Amino acid sequence: MQALLAAPLLVPLATACLAALFWGRAAAQRAIGMAGSLVLLAVAALLLREVAAGGRIVGQMGGWPAPFGITLVVDAFAAIMLLITGVMAVSVSLYAMASGARERDRAGFQPLLHSLLLGVCGAFVTGDLFNLYVWFEVMLIASFGLLVLERTPAQIDGGLRYVMLNLVGTTFFLMAVGLIYGLAGTLNLADLARLAPGIANQGALAAAGMLLLVAFGAKAAVFPLFNWLPAAYHTASVPVAAIFAALLTKVGVYAIIRVWTLLFAHDVAFFGPVLGAVAVATMVVGVLGAAAHHDVMRILSFHIISQIGYMLVGVALMTPLAIAGSVFYILHHIIVKANLFLLAGAIRREGGSFALARLGGLWVGAPLLGLLFLVPALSLAGLPPLSGFWAKLMVIRGSIEAGANLVAAAALLVGLLTLYSMVKIWNEAFWKPAPEGAALPAPAMGERAASYAPIVALAGITLAIGLWTEPFARLSLVVAGGLLDREGYIAAVLAPGATHLAGVVP
Amino acid sequence: MELPFALAIGVLVAGAVYMLLARDLPRMLVGFVLLGTAANLLILLAGRVGGMTPPLVAAGMAAPGADAANPLPQALILTAIVIGFGLAAFALMLIVKARAVLGTVRPDEMAAAEPRAGAVSSPPTPPRALPPPRREAA
Repeated sequence: MQALLAAPLLVPLATACLAALFWGRAAAQRAIGMAGSLVLLAVAALLLREVAAGGRIVGQMGGWPAPFGITLVVDAFAAIMLLITGVMAVSVSLYAMASGARERDRAGFQPLLHSLLLGVCGAFVTGDLFNLYVWFEVMLIASFGLLVLERTPAQIDGGLRYVMLNLVGTTFFLMAVGLIYGLAGTLNLADLARLAPGIANQGALAAAGMLLLVAFGAKAAVFPLFNWLPAAYHTASVPVAAIFAALLTKVGVYAIIRVWTLLFAHDVAFFGPVLGAVAVATMVVGVLGAAAHHDVMRILSFHIISQIGYMLVGVALMTPLAIAGSVFYILHHIIVKANLFLLAGAIRREGGSFALARLGGLWVGAPLLGLLFLVPALSLAGLPPLSGFWAKLMVIRGSIEAGANLVAAAALLVGLLTLYSMVKIWNEAFWKPAPEGAALPAPAMGERAASYAPIVALAGITLAIGLWTEPFARLSLVVAGGLLDREGYIAAVLAPGATHLAGVVP
Repeated sequence: MELPFALAIGVLVAGAVYMLLARDLPRMLVGFVLLGTAANLLILLAGRVGGMTPPLVAAGMAAPGADAANPLPQALILTAIVIGFGLAAFALMLIVKARAVLGTVRPDEMAAAEPRAGAVSSPPTPPRALPPPRREAA
């Protein structure tokens, strides 16, 4: 069990090291990367099977007892996020075998991708605030490398914007860690959760909380800290943009949900309205930005921002249904968003551009692509019976039951505007006649298969979540129950004699 | 002991903010380094400055002496210094690369990722009086 708990860290680490050893041999790197992604997916599935009914796997690294050493905790939330990370790793590894693979792998795509996965998985399983900072940095430095992989002028420009904002954001994180350590004398999340309601100087704790919110919010691209995202993501190569869109912002959201349900759950009166306002503003600003743009990658980038707002509703309201809605939303969104970015890459391969003005007539040339595009696009907009409909339903019902009618209204309105910009892409890229001289040589059969396979698989998952919602919704409710059960988390981590414990704690 | 620390942190943050507001990437990087130093001092101060002897357990004892320094903030700061150094080194290389590729280190002159409204997306003007960018090793 101990090995299984550490496996989400060891597998990407080993894959990254191995891939780096085969630096000059792109084909070997690709095979290693694919194998590592598959093993990560399997490990995550095993972990989820252990905790799907609730409960937590807790392990104290190095044999140090709980508040002193580094704790790893996998509960249902972490396990779901790990599983979806595995799904994304496999999809992107497969897609990255298509066009441009040689150049990417020569620039170090595989070691960087798996270092990124290492940071992401570490952030999901850690039970320690400073350790979370370290995993954020692992993820950050790998993402810097991935973003400027091809070293085009646009990538260097976009990369600088991304790097500079994140440097300041992580320093804020570090400052918040220092302040919280000064207030509580501990950095173990369970120990902090135990001590936080009893800290005399609640004002200082809230101030440190705001610093944390800025740091995580910059990572999650919430209003008003989102400007770096549309400036940087559209410059990255398609597999990189897909994995960024799927995972990076969601790690920020995960950190907000995890830390706020543990450390600041007693202070909903202060943080609830703050997070609620941030969530609504993020939804609205993101979708308006998307409506104003005419480039597929930029439209999709702005939609990431818009959707982050929905994921924050749960932690703003702190009710079981709202948190379950947020979790379901994250699940649905990661699949749909990564798929849309992969589709954008396929659109460019068929149509020759990301700019809507230069696209057209794809419905004639690539009808399968059009059908595949409709699934995630309409799911993002929230049309039944696709996964986005159920996700929005849970979030909106959660907000109405908690009396936050404004949030519910904003969520509905934003859904409508999302539909508008998805229809815009559809009309321009697929429906209108092809502009002059846009014909491209058809890609080779093998390349097309490698790029379509993950798109078909992810569209299938979206359909599956939409048509068999019950198990996913039930899992989200289990996750919400676990997140709101602070005493259970504290007891599981700080259990006496838990030094070598790594069993499932109910 | 806390007041000088607090003042030093304040001065460092003020300097960092001043540098970060400059429209010049190397200055912004210096600002980031200053901000990181301030954060490290903050952690040191949060761990209570006072103990001056090394936190070592003497032979035959079960715990360090009462005057021992708090080792945890030092471990945290050491980690943070290493990470901060790595990030600063990467950012510096990115700035050097930007100077070679974009011909400028001023962010408001960079328009490769987000072309200004109405501007034609043309390659940036080549740098004046700069050595030609070296080829990447293959």
